[in-house]
Amino acid sequence: MTLDMLPYLLGFLLLVIGVYAIIAKRNLIKVIVGLLVIDYATNLLLILVGYRSNTGGAPMAPILTPQLTPAQIARHAVDPLPQALILTSIVIGLSVTALVVALAIRLYDRYGTFDTGRFRNLRG
Amino acid sequence: MRGMSLIVKNTTRLVAGFIALFGAYIVLYGHVTPGGGFAGGVIIAGGLVLVVLAFGEEFSRRVISHEVVRTSESVGALAFLGVALLGYLGGAFFKNFLPLGDTGALASAGTLILSNLAIGVKVAAGLFGVFLALALFRRRGEKRLMVRETPAADEEADE
Amino acid sequence: MQNLLPFFVAVPLAGGFLMPVLGRLFASRRAAAVLPILFGAALLGLAVRLVLLPDADTPPYWMGAWDFPIGVSLVADGLSKFVLLVVAVVSFAALLFSMDYMTRYTSPGLYYGLFMLMLAGMNGVVLAGDLFNLFVFLEVAGIASYALVAFGTEADELEASFKYLVLGSLASAFVLVAIAVLYNVTGHLNLAKIAETFRASPGPSTMLGAALSESKGGLTVPVYLAAAFLLMGFALKAALVPFHAWLPDAHPSAPAPISAMLSGVLIKACGVYVLARLVFSVFAGAEVFGIILVVLGALSMVTGALLAVGQSDLKRLLAYSSISQVGYVVVAIGTGLVLLAWSPASAALGAVAALALFGGLFHLANHAVFKSLLFLVSGSIEHATGTRALERLGGLGRRMPLTAWCLRAAALAISGIPPFGGFFSKFIILLVLVQAAVLAHWAFWIVAGLALGVALVTLLYYAKVQRAVLGGAPSPATADAREVPFGMALATAALALLCLASALILHPAVKSRLVDPAVAVLTARGSAAAEEGATPPLASDAAAHTAQPDALGRLP
Repeated sequence: MTLDMLPYLLGFLLLVIGVYAIIAKRNLIKVIVGLLVIDYATNLLLILVGYRSNTGGAPMAPILTPQLTPAQIARHAVDPLPQALILTSIVIGLSVTALVVALAIRLYDRYGTFDTGRFRNLRG
Repeated sequence: MRGMSLIVKNTTRLVAGFIALFGAYIVLYGHVTPGGGFAGGVIIAGGLVLVVLAFGEEFSRRVISHEVVRTSESVGALAFLGVALLGYLGGAFFKNFLPLGDTGALASAGTLILSNLAIGVKVAAGLFGVFLALALFRRRGEKRLMVRETPAADEEADE
Repeated sequence: MQNLLPFFVAVPLAGGFLMPVLGRLFASRRAAAVLPILFGAALLGLAVRLVLLPDADTPPYWMGAWDFPIGVSLVADGLSKFVLLVVAVVSFAALLFSMDYMTRYTSPGLYYGLFMLMLAGMNGVVLAGDLFNLFVFLEVAGIASYALVAFGTEADELEASFKYLVLGSLASAFVLVAIAVLYNVTGHLNLAKIAETFRASPGPSTMLGAALSESKGGLTVPVYLAAAFLLMGFALKAALVPFHAWLPDAHPSAPAPISAMLSGVLIKACGVYVLARLVFSVFAGAEVFGIILVVLGALSMVTGALLAVGQSDLKRLLAYSSISQVGYVVVAIGTGLVLLAWSPASAALGAVAALALFGGLFHLANHAVFKSLLFLVSGSIEHATGTRALERLGGLGRRMPLTAWCLRAAALAISGIPPFGGFFSKFIILLVLVQAAVLAHWAFWIVAGLALGVALVTLLYYAKVQRAVLGGAPSPATADAREVPFGMALATAALALLCLASALILHPAVKSRLVDPAVAVLTARGSAAAEEGATPPLASDAAAHTAQPDALGRLP
């Protein structure tokens, strides 16, 4: 296990924390936060996948300006494809969050509480 | 929903226009600099949310009516689909058929700028609509319990 | 025809964006259904047209005219066409049913908009040729279905939707992690390209791969990790035990046509189809995945059936029954994969594997038809009597004759009584299991025994349903039940006829057009793991391109 792997392991740790929150917490809002943490963890892992070290210098962003050629970008810059993927993933996460928060608000109106122990069906 | 204090209102008066301008810049320059339709749309929606929070619900209806918000969300999405279908003119679904221009200039990258505009409109309207649905529903739902046949409450259904 | 592939996604998307606006313009809630029904009919026509074309005439469609291997493609091979047709049929019936059933809910514009979006997502999943597009369409369909489950906004429905949403998002997160790992190891997202990469034995191309790999014919340890995450994610979407916890709450709570769509096609298009596509093509048909599928499928069969027997809510019983029947499909597909992986050893196994895949796909189509019919019938019953509880129903046999006959047809079909199609598909699966047990491995005897037992239990609880709903004296709830309106009756009657007609799939003319291409697609890929030289159909577009560095300087 080299030190290169550390970001990935931390990303997985974040994922595990999110899963723990979903499984173990009774408060609806904490479950939602767990969902958010899982989203962040997966986005983080996806970005890490795209990293490419620019030998010697600082990591280069894959922005095509008139001074750079595509070949230079291909050789030195960070991989832009995972960045496009996580943009999409962030948008999806946003929609899911909006939906789950709307559900939580309506559930609060029905039951007056966020405690899932009081809901009829939501145990486990 | 009532507005907030005088300081907030004055600050919002000064700042809201710039927020909208900045959002429009991010949308329009999406093919040159980082950003694009989604990020710019979120910024514009943020500006609108700020206006609603500072001035209250009644005033926000005068800025932009809620029906317009709903409709422009669909219009933005349909415009994006239209751009994709127009790609057939160039030969394939989603094909970039306008002239590509020079790298880094504003007028370049063909249909990307149209797509960005459409997405910017949709995301701004969509996020603002979500905010309206969540915030205004809370106010209406405060005094009643579950009744299925309430059209108003159900109209702001989970989207 | 290849130009028309994007329309499978574009038409329902347009519907999804138009309906929320148009829905408020229509005066009556029934009029809002006209446009979606037209779109549904158009999709059905397109799907039929697509199925009638041989695979050679429908090459992958490259969006934006970007080419292999970096372009986004829509692939319509035999398997996709088959599932697409099933989706189109069931969704058309559900739309027809919704016209009258949804008058009891508000906001028809939002309902049809969400329905169309779910349909667009499912079509996209089935047609997707690359991994990330599959994920995006999976999410589109998923989010639309979460919202639709909560459509009635009663407390039960909200809770069911919440549980479904949380578990579904967890599954999608797992899938995304798997995509990240796969991208890291192979450097590509195109399914055909990834399959090619695993079939050869490449060196790992990036940092993570170099740190962890021990090459086993292309499937290294990170790939197994990705496969595990993918299996977990899609097993949850397909509601296999132990990932099924969301289904018994979500499917009953949704409005009846949505339950029909969820049980009938969503768990299959987003779950079983993707599982089949992944284990056969992308992961080069390694047998371990087949074994996992057989085990999960057998667990689902048994658990679903046992839990269904004790249910008193009609729709909840149907939901557990869905888990059980999908287990049958997955067992058949898993068996097919295992036998294909072992088939170089004995020629007979190859034929049995093809039969297993045929049985699995046949049962998939059958179950889509009769489970959606069952849910639509339960919607009719609820529309007429206002209740779903089996104790309070009764005596509907005389009061609602058309619905009663539809219920009988569906129940007999799903229990596996000839001459309904359900009998043939279950029989084929049992036959294949016995043959596998004799020819390949004794463990299949256990699975065959379980399958037979579950079939008997299925017969038992559907007999119970029929007696509770149709027989006996009318109860207070059913005393003034009347037959359902025309739209609902038409939808249920059409599906009931299909239950009977699905036996015709065995007819050679229908079979060769409809199911054989799908089976050929799966067996070609599965066996390519065993024979090095075979070029599977999906990668045939790869064969046309020489190896060049892609835009990022990596060699394919």
